[in-house]
Amino acid sequence: MEPSAMPEEEMPPSVAPSPAGCQLFGYVGIEAVLDQMKIKTMKTGFEFNIMVVGQSGLGKSTMVNTLFKSKVSRKASQPSQEERIPKTVQLQSVTHVIEEKGVKMKLTVTDTPGFGDQINNENCWDPIIKYINEQYERYLREEILITRKRKIPDTRVHGCVYFIPPTGHWLRPLDLEFMRRLSKIVNVVPVIAKADTLTLEERAEFKQQIQADLKTHAISVYPQEDFDQDPDDRVLNDRIREKIPFAVVGADQEHQVNGKRVLGRKTKWGIIEVENPAHCEFPLLRDLLIRSHLQDLKDITHNVHYESYRVRRLNESNRPALSPLNGLPGKAEGSSDL
Amino acid sequence: MPRQSLPRRATLRPGGARAAAPRHERPPQQRGGYCAPPAPPRPPARGAARPRPCPAAGSAPSPLGGGAARAFLSLPAWPGGAMAAPRAGRQPQNDGYRTLSLSGHVGFGSLPDQLVKKSINQGFCFNILCIGETGSGKTTLINSLFNSNFDDPVSTHFLPSVRLKAQTYKLQESNVLLNLTIVNTVGFGDQINKGDSYQPIVDYIDAQFEAYLQEELKIKRSLFSYHDTRIHVCLYFISPTGHSLKTLDLLTMKSLDSKVNIIPIIGKADSISKTELQKFKNKIMSELISNGVQIYQFPTDDETVSKINTIMNGHLPFAVVGSTEEVKIGNKMVRARQYPWGIVQVENENHCDFVKLREMLICTNMEDLREQTHARHYELYRRCRLEEMGFRDIGPENKPVSLQETYEAKRHEFYLELQRKEEEMRHQFVQRVKEKEAMLKEAEQQIQTKFEHHMLMHQEAKLNLEKKKKVLEDEIAMFIEKKANAKLLQSQASVSTPVSSKRDKDRKNSSFM
Repeated sequence: MEPSAMPEEEMPPSVAPSPAGCQLFGYVGIEAVLDQMKIKTMKTGFEFNIMVVGQSGLGKSTMVNTLFKSKVSRKASQPSQEERIPKTVQLQSVTHVIEEKGVKMKLTVTDTPGFGDQINNENCWDPIIKYINEQYERYLREEILITRKRKIPDTRVHGCVYFIPPTGHWLRPLDLEFMRRLSKIVNVVPVIAKADTLTLEERAEFKQQIQADLKTHAISVYPQEDFDQDPDDRVLNDRIREKIPFAVVGADQEHQVNGKRVLGRKTKWGIIEVENPAHCEFPLLRDLLIRSHLQDLKDITHNVHYESYRVRRLNESNRPALSPLNGLPGKAEGSSDL
Repeated sequence: MPRQSLPRRATLRPGGARAAAPRHERPPQQRGGYCAPPAPPRPPARGAARPRPCPAAGSAPSPLGGGAARAFLSLPAWPGGAMAAPRAGRQPQNDGYRTLSLSGHVGFGSLPDQLVKKSINQGFCFNILCIGETGSGKTTLINSLFNSNFDDPVSTHFLPSVRLKAQTYKLQESNVLLNLTIVNTVGFGDQINKGDSYQPIVDYIDAQFEAYLQEELKIKRSLFSYHDTRIHVCLYFISPTGHSLKTLDLLTMKSLDSKVNIIPIIGKADSISKTELQKFKNKIMSELISNGVQIYQFPTDDETVSKINTIMNGHLPFAVVGSTEEVKIGNKMVRARQYPWGIVQVENENHCDFVKLREMLICTNMEDLREQTHARHYELYRRCRLEEMGFRDIGPENKPVSLQETYEAKRHEFYLELQRKEEEMRHQFVQRVKEKEAMLKEAEQQIQTKFEHHMLMHQEAKLNLEKKKKVLEDEIAMFIEKKANAKLLQSQASVSTPVSSKRDKDRKNSSFM
């Protein structure tokens, strides 16, 4: 029995406070659902996976430690290992659980030692792309099971922070190649590393140059323009886009400034305070990544990048990585008429 | 400690409602799961100038006993065929992850707010199915619950079969947008033979699950903008007879309990007195339990709501009264039903359980209802359906099969089947053509013979005619000969007697005159 036609009332999708649709004559309690949702999410906890990419010596591990105010990077977890430049790009993930205000977060930081360090850096992004696709693959497999888990463990990379060395001129071919390829499959946030070597004018010029380069090569970094949902978002994101890439300085030592203890780098000519917006743009990066757009990063990964991966994957029929699992007859003759 | 929460607008709450405020001021307690026992007070030596104190996770060693660095380190090597292994070898979520303490304020405490903000933008969907006999008070109750007048004409009792009527409304309160869909069963319990009454309902629920499943299985899908029509809760209206459940009720509830969250309700409860009501409720619950019907139990695992939910679980089924009219009591207008002997106030907890129902349904458990629908009922449906379609998780040699490969295998099969059918059809076509050709040939043959026959006859006739012609010509020849002879004789005779001939001539001529 089909239900008869649903009379739906047209309503613009904005959340203006003026009541549209049906008139409520009193308090019903619908807004309590927001609290229910909050309680539920706090109980289940969050997962966040971030990847840092850049040449060695750009301060990636320090930056991650500063971001999360604790020793989350792999260097801190393996203090005894000698630091050598690996022969190929490796990927190492470290997972920690951190909690703040009752909100638990399972944070995974993936580091890429060896990126851009060799003499011939061709295809050094391949292991990274492979890793990202593997995480998507893992999630896809879990999702298409018949009996699947209530909460699928999410190891997909939500954001990739790319460290640009502070040359002050323009983006290098390696940077362009990498960002071009990766911005199609993951959210890329470029940052200028070790920005305390640039004066403010140099910094501004460098940024403009980088923005022009990105535009010329049609590389869309986070926050992407195509995914702005409504005009408020667009205004907010435009402001962020003007400032991309952020010039950051990382530090994990505290010093005394004006009677307060702040994180910073102490040099002979002064102390660079990491959290001072006048000194560097670290607060902006932290706000973007954690305080305001973390959920957005996850949503875009799930709704856009993962979906496009899924479409690609389900459209191809002969993939050599799949066949040996179940002894099925060769699919050479199966033409993909999907 | 100041807690970030959404600003609550001051709204008018009816008197009997249990204020939800205390719930939110309760500090969030540590639950089991990831990390350590509740935070000790922060040591003042560290960054005392930080404006917002926050409870760092305990710097005590994690309960996993790893004081040394036991952080989970994964080197994702990814050989082609080892897909199965990571799933089995993946650590259970409580183990193996080191808990860290934060040395300052990071700021991800606002994560739930970000999530909530996103959900507000998207809007919520809530779908209610009301099952009950005609006249049991469904429409009135929904109007009372959502404080508005959904236009719904009263339905007749004379419908031949049960139909479902769905209507969608958009409600908005402060900044929360709710897409509410009410599905009513029309004609339930009215027929003389009620054997098929529940089947249309089951079919409808399955159809909604199917639509969602189809969307999920599509290649290019858009799940986040999909209008979810799956039924989140089913309000089952029991007639207030005062005795026990009817067979139809039991049958319907039994067939629905694994597909949807059922909340049984006694409608028009103002016709039962208080003592009878308690006995009635007990009887109903015991019948439900003894028949193995699984109604929805309000969740009791979350401390913030477990106490209230446990109490409410004991009040099931709710005895409600609905009303769309307002009566002046004291100096307020309240929803009530006016009788000559008194006034039944809908929102008075002593009079009926309406407030409890509203509290449970909307204020406390809406999210849980939606989650149960998705995580339990939908998953069950999906599993059964996919197994019906022939997909398996474990292949014949007990190795995990991916859906992809099963798709391939099925597609291959299908393709072969298609080919076979094509062959058959071609064969049939050829056969028919042959038959037709044979027929035509035969016809041609027949015509040919007829033609020859006619030719023969024609020939014969021609011959006959020739003969006759010859005979006639012979006769003509003879005649001409005779004539010639006669003329000759005449000319000979005229030569011998020319005068007499002249006199004869004159005589002949004069006789003419």
